[in-house]
Amino acid sequence: MDLSDDQRAELWLGALVCGVVVLLLAMLGFILREAWPSFAHNGLSWFGSGGSADRQLQSIFDSGTANGPQQYEIHAWPMIWSTVLTTTGAVAISFVCSLFVAAFLVKFAPDPIKRVLEPVVRLLASVPSVIYGLVGVLVIVPFIGQHLITESERASVTPVIQLSGYSLLAAVLILTVMTAPVMIAIFAEGLRSVPRGWLEGSLALGVNEWRTFWKIAVRTARPALIAGTVLACARALGESVMLFMVSGSVGFAPNPADGLIVLFEPSRGLAPTILQNTDGLSSPPMAHTLYAIAALLLFSALTLSLVGWAVKRPMKRYQHAGGVA
Amino acid sequence: MELSHPPAIRRLHANQPSAVARPPVTKGPRVTTIPQRHNRVQTLVIERMAVQQWSVSYGGNPAVRDVSLPIRQGEVLALIGPSGCGKTTLLRSLNRLTELTPNATSAGWISLDGVDISTLEPTALRRRVTMVFQQPNPFPMSIFDNVAYVLREQASRRPRRAALKAAVNDALARAGLLDEVAGNLDHPALRLSGGQQQRLCIARALAANPEVLLLDEPCSALDPQSTRVIEELIVRLREEVAVVIVTHNLQQASRIADHVAFMYLGELVEYGTARTVFERARQERTREYVSGVFG
Amino acid sequence: MSTLGTIAPGPPVNGRRGSSSMAMRSASWRVTDRIGLGIAWLLGLIFCAICAAIVLFLLIEGLRFIRPSMLVTNPRAGFTQSQTGGFLGPMIGTVIVALIAIGMAGPLGVAIGVWLAEFGRPRAMARIAESTIEMLAGAPTVVLALFGVLLFESEPLGFLSVTNSNGVVFGKSFFAAGTILALVALPLVVTTVREGLQAIPDHVREASYALGKTRIATTRRILLPAIRPSVITGTMLGVGRVVGDTAIILLLLGDTPLQGVGSAPLLSTLRGTGSTLTSYIYNNAPTGELNQPNKAYAAAFVLLAIVLTLNVLVDVSGRRARERRWS
Repeated sequence: MDLSDDQRAELWLGALVCGVVVLLLAMLGFILREAWPSFAHNGLSWFGSGGSADRQLQSIFDSGTANGPQQYEIHAWPMIWSTVLTTTGAVAISFVCSLFVAAFLVKFAPDPIKRVLEPVVRLLASVPSVIYGLVGVLVIVPFIGQHLITESERASVTPVIQLSGYSLLAAVLILTVMTAPVMIAIFAEGLRSVPRGWLEGSLALGVNEWRTFWKIAVRTARPALIAGTVLACARALGESVMLFMVSGSVGFAPNPADGLIVLFEPSRGLAPTILQNTDGLSSPPMAHTLYAIAALLLFSALTLSLVGWAVKRPMKRYQHAGGVA
Repeated sequence: MELSHPPAIRRLHANQPSAVARPPVTKGPRVTTIPQRHNRVQTLVIERMAVQQWSVSYGGNPAVRDVSLPIRQGEVLALIGPSGCGKTTLLRSLNRLTELTPNATSAGWISLDGVDISTLEPTALRRRVTMVFQQPNPFPMSIFDNVAYVLREQASRRPRRAALKAAVNDALARAGLLDEVAGNLDHPALRLSGGQQQRLCIARALAANPEVLLLDEPCSALDPQSTRVIEELIVRLREEVAVVIVTHNLQQASRIADHVAFMYLGELVEYGTARTVFERARQERTREYVSGVFG
Repeated sequence: MSTLGTIAPGPPVNGRRGSSSMAMRSASWRVTDRIGLGIAWLLGLIFCAICAAIVLFLLIEGLRFIRPSMLVTNPRAGFTQSQTGGFLGPMIGTVIVALIAIGMAGPLGVAIGVWLAEFGRPRAMARIAESTIEMLAGAPTVVLALFGVLLFESEPLGFLSVTNSNGVVFGKSFFAAGTILALVALPLVVTTVREGLQAIPDHVREASYALGKTRIATTRRILLPAIRPSVITGTMLGVGRVVGDTAIILLLLGDTPLQGVGSAPLLSTLRGTGSTLTSYIYNNAPTGELNQPNKAYAAAFVLLAIVLTLNVLVDVSGRRARERRWS
């Protein structure tokens, strides 16, 4: 069979794409396979709470190197809770701020400020997370520890946990600044692509610019808002280095019943936990546990994408011209 | 007023005295006979807006030069002229949309009911003088939301849907769309046909209860059937609002207009009743345009 | 001469109007609208302030602690911060890792982007490919790092790193880190290439087909050169992400001075271990093993300078990409 140039190219390229896709799907498969023992031993209580997560991790690690039965018991709730708190807190604050800043950037800023703001957003989006972590640990954490936490607050929780500035507050603040540029960029792109005819039509009906912008542009750009939020959530979920440096290294579940003090409590999310225990990869049960955490993270990121896709679909109903009615 | 002379009509035989340099009276599309005009009810004519010595320049390039004309309720005013003659700019000046262009400057004054429009709030002005654009641009919402849009923005507290229903139905009826969409007002507006979308835009503009309705070539993107429907609608509407329509379609202008203003290169060449302009125009340039010598 | 009807006399001629200012327009706004605008201004300016604060802070602290000697000496053991040397090794490590990652992600990304934009049949496979690339874009880097550990600690790939005497594959090397970092940069390149190709209108392709050129020739000779600025932008965005990554480095590079494995000149470095600026900063931060904040600041300064330069280059190349006009 004599293949034409095009057919040959298509085959080669297609094979390449196939290969990459297979590799990535294999990644999913491998991680699940390695994670399975940890889930199998714990069942649903893997996600629950009970006991000190740190001690459990330690015993898992030790059992791997010693001779004897392998320990797999882990109740990962403190880490899950920490991830949930930091992610939702950061994305919620960031969403509101990013929407306003994107509106400002697209429409309401005067030109000289616009010219400054755009590169600023791009720059902040590309700053490595370790630098954010460095600034956090050298500036924000001492500030919180020395100036924001009072002695009485410290005393009130001493039996349970030490407050030292490595806290939820620091983590959420820095994570907000990290995720905002991504959201701003995507929001701004969505807002810019609103057809001019709609905006002009609204202005011609006597609606002022601010309300036109919110009622028409923001409403039309809702898919972009969803996309930006999903991406920011995924980044926040997967953030390991900065959180490790800033949120504390204790497997502690911050307790909202403590009131405002909950902001000052240290914790450690799922991704930082992996980072902290990478030395333990040589111990098989520890490795399985870490892969289980990774599987959970991956699964959450995938679910987020799916949720975003599902939420966008009904929005398309009003935005696309169909056939003749 | 400097007008360059149009190119001389080519003579077939130079020595034939009967060859005249006048546009030949042929059997071609004769705009000079006024086509069947839509049935008209005699209306009461009230002056609503007055344009006095109005000029607009975009960054030094004059688009409209020293135009003065009245705009009356009870009649349709058609602005005609070749592309680039400033008719759209003049139309957009009437509701101050020209101010959205950064480098636009203007001189002269336009008044609405005796008040200089530059002293009014732009948003308040644009609710009294609404505009329908060339390309139908219904918002990406349902039909109901589109028509109710202005009403919701005007009210200080968000009105309930039941309160708006009457006004929405009324606007749709005036725009001649109610029969076709009454069943399902929650249908997405973008799924309507082109003609229906344009009538929806008219309904949306009428919902604000304007005093003047501006139409910028509303039918140029539509098929003949929709065009006919909209033209009939315009003729009906002129009793309630002053209608100003920009059109490059001379037949359309002659079908629906009461007064016609012919513009060329930014200047108002002639203003008069439709009959006068199309049959016995005073200016030669008008005659030439109307009979198709240039376009 | 224009014919006028009677016109009611209007106010005297007012010749000053230019485009109206925000103040005039905002007079008709409600209080909530104005508050909203105020918030937008406030947040926009706060955002600029935060960025300025971060950059300035690192600039000042970095300049305080950086010495030219740091750029040319390797880290070494010492008792005080002034004795522990510089970070030449980490810098070289960053460069090596970036080169490997882009060397792999660049061509691969272009190939995948071309396939998605120009071929893309069967449709099901195209959709799967797009979803997979999207999944990759959203995957946490620690997860990718763990996958890398799985991959490179396996027997078949042992030749890419060290295998010690017990037959246990070490699994950490520049190869390993570079490959997984290529996966990180891949979605960026693919997206940029695909969007660049989709932005080229069909009439350009049709003109080429009409002259008898095949699809692949058209792509190679006409379309790809045309989107070169976009490809460069995507590549540099990828490099930016690669240079800033820490988790993958920590898991897959080992934290050693640059040491090679075996005797082949280039391969030994690639199979060997080392460190990068990011892992250096990580280790020297107060939460790391070495806890030398001064060195961390200095290295952060250099890293930020690299990222800033890349950003400027992306800006310039992006502008050139946008200047392409097709109709």
